[in-house]
Amino acid sequence: MAKPTGEPLPFGAGDALAYAPAPESTEHVQLDERYGLFIDGAFKTPRSRRFFDTVNPATEQTLARVARANAADVNDAVNAARRAYERHWSPLKPAERGKYLYRIARVLQERAREFAVIESMDGGKPIRESRDVDVPLAAAHFFYYAGWADKLPYAFPGASPQPLGVAGQIIPWNFPLLMAAWKIAPALACGNTVVLKPAETTPLTALKLAELCRDIDLPPGVVNIVTGAGATGQALVAHSDVDKLAFTGSTAVGRDIQSALAGRRTRYTLELGGKAANIIFEDAAIDQAVEGIVNAIFFNQGHVCCAGSRLLVQESIAKDVLRKLKRRMQSLIVGDPLDKNTDIGAINSKAQLERIKAYLELGRADDLASFQTETSLPATGYWCAPTVFTGVAQSHRLAREEIFGPVLAVQTFRTPDEAVSLANNTPYGLSSGVWTDKGAKVFQISAQLRSGVVWANTFNKFDPTSPFGGYKESGVGREGGLHGLSAYLDVQDAAGRGRA
Amino acid sequence: MIDLTTLEGADSSDKVRRLCAKARRLHAEMPGLPHVAAVCVYPQLVGVARDALADTGIHIASVATGFPSGQIERAHKLAETRRAVKAGADEIDMVISRGRFLAGDLRYVHDEIVAVKDACGDAHLKVILETGELGSLDQVRRASMLAMHAGADFIKTSTGKIQPAATLPVTLVMLEAIRDFEEKTGRQVGMKPAGGISKSKLALQYLVMVKETLGNRWLTPEWFRFGASSLANDVLMQLAKQETGAYQSADYFSRD
Repeated sequence: MAKPTGEPLPFGAGDALAYAPAPESTEHVQLDERYGLFIDGAFKTPRSRRFFDTVNPATEQTLARVARANAADVNDAVNAARRAYERHWSPLKPAERGKYLYRIARVLQERAREFAVIESMDGGKPIRESRDVDVPLAAAHFFYYAGWADKLPYAFPGASPQPLGVAGQIIPWNFPLLMAAWKIAPALACGNTVVLKPAETTPLTALKLAELCRDIDLPPGVVNIVTGAGATGQALVAHSDVDKLAFTGSTAVGRDIQSALAGRRTRYTLELGGKAANIIFEDAAIDQAVEGIVNAIFFNQGHVCCAGSRLLVQESIAKDVLRKLKRRMQSLIVGDPLDKNTDIGAINSKAQLERIKAYLELGRADDLASFQTETSLPATGYWCAPTVFTGVAQSHRLAREEIFGPVLAVQTFRTPDEAVSLANNTPYGLSSGVWTDKGAKVFQISAQLRSGVVWANTFNKFDPTSPFGGYKESGVGREGGLHGLSAYLDVQDAAGRGRA
Repeated sequence: MIDLTTLEGADSSDKVRRLCAKARRLHAEMPGLPHVAAVCVYPQLVGVARDALADTGIHIASVATGFPSGQIERAHKLAETRRAVKAGADEIDMVISRGRFLAGDLRYVHDEIVAVKDACGDAHLKVILETGELGSLDQVRRASMLAMHAGADFIKTSTGKIQPAATLPVTLVMLEAIRDFEEKTGRQVGMKPAGGISKSKLALQYLVMVKETLGNRWLTPEWFRFGASSLANDVLMQLAKQETGAYQSADYFSRD
């Protein structure tokens, strides 16, 4: 034992019970000052010659400058994808395609820390989430679809599934890398090539994924990444040589895409907004349900299309649940996304923060009772304290419109029928949650809920094997699982009739 | 927050005296360390501990009521409790009658805790649920509520004689019961996970769970205890590592 110093140890000094900061290091992260467009296996200067800043929403500092692709750039990317489809990718033995996907998955795992840190820097989400959810799930999607690459005939017995060609894919800013994986993995496994447009505010992990594709010697042109804003996406949608369009984002943009594609042979899948009901029955495990409510609406700052943004709680336990929820919310740590203790990170962009604030104003203007986590928010960056509105009615906009922020609207119900009717009274239908200790009730209620996913006694659980998608204005088509394959295949039965 | 414990059939007066010496001064090379919260022994050895710990402020806890199985007559349980208190125990760690509890005879278990609490007088009562024998988290919750309503000052997971002893899920359920009980009755009850917590890292996980579930008010020896003797040496080892940058051999720390 080393000699004692004789100094008394600092027991009881200061607030010994406070959490010390535990920031994840950014030293290992290498970002270029400027990123071109990833076309035909290499980064190219955009024909547009224009670049835009991508900003860390927690510090408002610019992380890098990123190319803004115009229609000519998009055209280059689509042409590269077409060439790669015809020369390399569709003739390749399916088992070989699978090997490339396994390689992407493995290298993603190897570089998980780097991807997680960049995801948190660019998007503002807590490192705990990017490290434990986004990156591992992204790798899991590549692993899962890698396995299907040489087994497609078994997925559709009696049919001979064929790739569609070039897939144009437009993804949102809430799960940038994960959405890229959801889109790219099944497309490639089925033999298609890809032009992917990441969201304007979060392009960095997609560009890192482009580097990864280059590093593992994926044939040039199989994956192309074009960065930019709405106009870039429009150019991709408008391009006549795109065989399939996959979009995840807002319902408004989804509608525009649908009308732009009307009358064209381009196939499409849309994964759009949501206003999910999270239903808590009086026989639920209350503490568990409270954790579920927190996870449902405050996960990723509420920037989740399937977020449980409407809480329907049975009247007899409403007081208890709200008291416990309030108490639980008080222990949520809002702040530096790179701190491993952080529960709620930064709002993704200034524009999104303004939208959320407008809804908070709306709730106040409607005289709704509300409570908010008491927390000191950092001076710079975009922040929103977790907020709950109670006594909300179906006629309130807070109950009807997707806010995409940490804002929960609470309603009570008396009977199961009332719960179902409230839950279904929305133009959306992406997800919902049911909390009860009775298995029979889970089945009875979930069979009546008109949403693509129903979680029972949990929320926001994802798995590559499970299909995901919406009813009504929440979208068209399914991603994930076996269903996710058919979105990227032309499936003919023995008589040559298309099935999809 | 640590209770140093020796509860062996082979316990001797000397062994208890050694344990008490350790309780007073955990590690000679580190002056200024706080002492442990309590020393926990069998009733027969309370007197020895009392003599060894006079005027130190360290509590003496005694197990009672037919520890660890609780399979004796109630009259004997009460007599044993009274004897331990009389010999100088500040805290009584009783075991519940798991047989009766599992048979659904909650009234019996409740009344027994009330009677033991009465026999304790001024001594604090910790009620050991022996969660490893209860079979489900629902039962843990039920037993926690029962013990608190019957007057427990502390609820404690295990005797340390049955596996599994304390686990994080069981402790969480008990902490949530404590929280709900306080919200309902206004009475604060303490928590003691015991058995199997021998590493500092695991202890930290418990402390975070207490902080998150119950808040800072519980993070004092008055309301939270670890029943884990070997934990103390691991904490010392981590402190030495923090100071010197290297782990020391276990032989540099006294094992009493």
